[in-house]
Amino acid sequence: MLKQTPLNAVHRALNARLVDFGGWEMPLHYGSQIEEHHRVRKDAGMFDVSHMLALDVDGEGAQTFLRQLLANNVDRLMIPGKALYSCMLNDSGGILDDLIVYFLDPRRFRVVVNAATADKDLAWMFSQRARAAAAVTVTPRRDLAMIAVQGPAARAKVWRALPLSKPATGALGPFFAAEWGAFFFGRTGYTGEDGFEITLPAAEAPGLWQALLDAGVGPAGLGARDTLRLEAGMNLYGQDMDETVTPLECGLKWTVDLESPRDFVGKAALLAAPPRAQMLGLVLLERGVLRAHQEVETRNGHGEITSGSFSPTLDISIALARLPNGVQAGEAAKVKIRDKWLPARTVKYPFVRNGRTLVAGLSSSIP
Amino acid sequence: MSIPANLKYTDSHEWARSEADGTVTVGITHHAQDLLGDLVFVENPALGRKLKKGEECGVVESVKAASDIYAPISGEVVAVNGDLETAPEKINEGAYDAWMFRLKPSNPAELEALLDAAGYQKLVEAEAH
Repeated sequence: MLKQTPLNAVHRALNARLVDFGGWEMPLHYGSQIEEHHRVRKDAGMFDVSHMLALDVDGEGAQTFLRQLLANNVDRLMIPGKALYSCMLNDSGGILDDLIVYFLDPRRFRVVVNAATADKDLAWMFSQRARAAAAVTVTPRRDLAMIAVQGPAARAKVWRALPLSKPATGALGPFFAAEWGAFFFGRTGYTGEDGFEITLPAAEAPGLWQALLDAGVGPAGLGARDTLRLEAGMNLYGQDMDETVTPLECGLKWTVDLESPRDFVGKAALLAAPPRAQMLGLVLLERGVLRAHQEVETRNGHGEITSGSFSPTLDISIALARLPNGVQAGEAAKVKIRDKWLPARTVKYPFVRNGRTLVAGLSSSIP
Repeated sequence: MSIPANLKYTDSHEWARSEADGTVTVGITHHAQDLLGDLVFVENPALGRKLKKGEECGVVESVKAASDIYAPISGEVVAVNGDLETAPEKINEGAYDAWMFRLKPSNPAELEALLDAAGYQKLVEAEAH
């Protein structure tokens, strides 16, 4: 039996194609995932992300607990409402999950973790709490739903749907969050566009969804979410990273604080072992579609695609790939697709951010 | 969407249509494109290639997945629909209009052995459960 979000009936009424996503019955698309993708880049779309788990980390020891639990440093969060992206590592530096932590005050944090890893994350947090004897409570909030509204017009349309929320959220900067009654607004997302991720009581989710539809926000499924995050150069847990790699090997060095004297779980392992590989973007120079696990040949040896797809914005195929150290952006590479080696080029990512293409001079070279 | 009565079908979701000149036109069904979603890449067999019934001879890829195309019957490829190279979405827009390739059958009796519309309908319904 698949788990259902509070918006399941809403998706059915919209004729969504529902799929099993890590044990959850989730909408893949509502007709055309490419149209949903473009709508988010150009206007506003919304995603049901209620399968993700919000956790409240509260108490006298909350900051101390998170300081040692996470690879990024929660001491960077000085201003109430500020959010931080971080990996949570095991003792050997492998990634247990990636998450966002919102700082409300030094005794109150909100953490959002991935759906498929939620149970594992909770068990890990409880074991770490016991290890540190921290005065902290960790409360999973399965009573909440989450709707991500994304796109250049997203915030304006949220305020059209919820006019009374504007005083509380109008001045929120990127990567900040605010509470408005029982609603929690984060100016965060997984698409490379502006917008809000709104966490709210489950019973109120269908009403907000309808209000957003009425305000001109289009429903978008996990299919579009995947191509949007790939263009935005954002890793997907379980695909671009897992417990067998460290953040330094999947393009997330910027999220690891190794400078401060602070200790954290996995730090010793990261300092002891230099990264075995690196992440780079790839663009395919012929027609075809890059996919996860395809083999990549570079002048420094072989690597593997971790996420690949067709990019609706660029109209070519793009990928994230784990490649040998020493490979630079802008080099020629080859990708094995079925029985053929096709030409590709390594690039820096993100590929697209805030509606703008960041990879130049490509599509003209494709026959 | 109803399944056209004048076509034959495979259990791998290709359709085949017998033409007046004796050739057989091949495409993928509406049901197949619906399962795949937005198509972004089509690879047809090379002109002149001689195919055996059931042989892998092409690929259609959507944003989400790749699916092999199998020859519904044996024969030589005498035409391919080049429009699909730059506009694979035509298959989403009309799966029974956007043909993929044409075969000159080497054993025309194979066509009769394929599923008819009613048989294919049953297959689609069985897969839904």
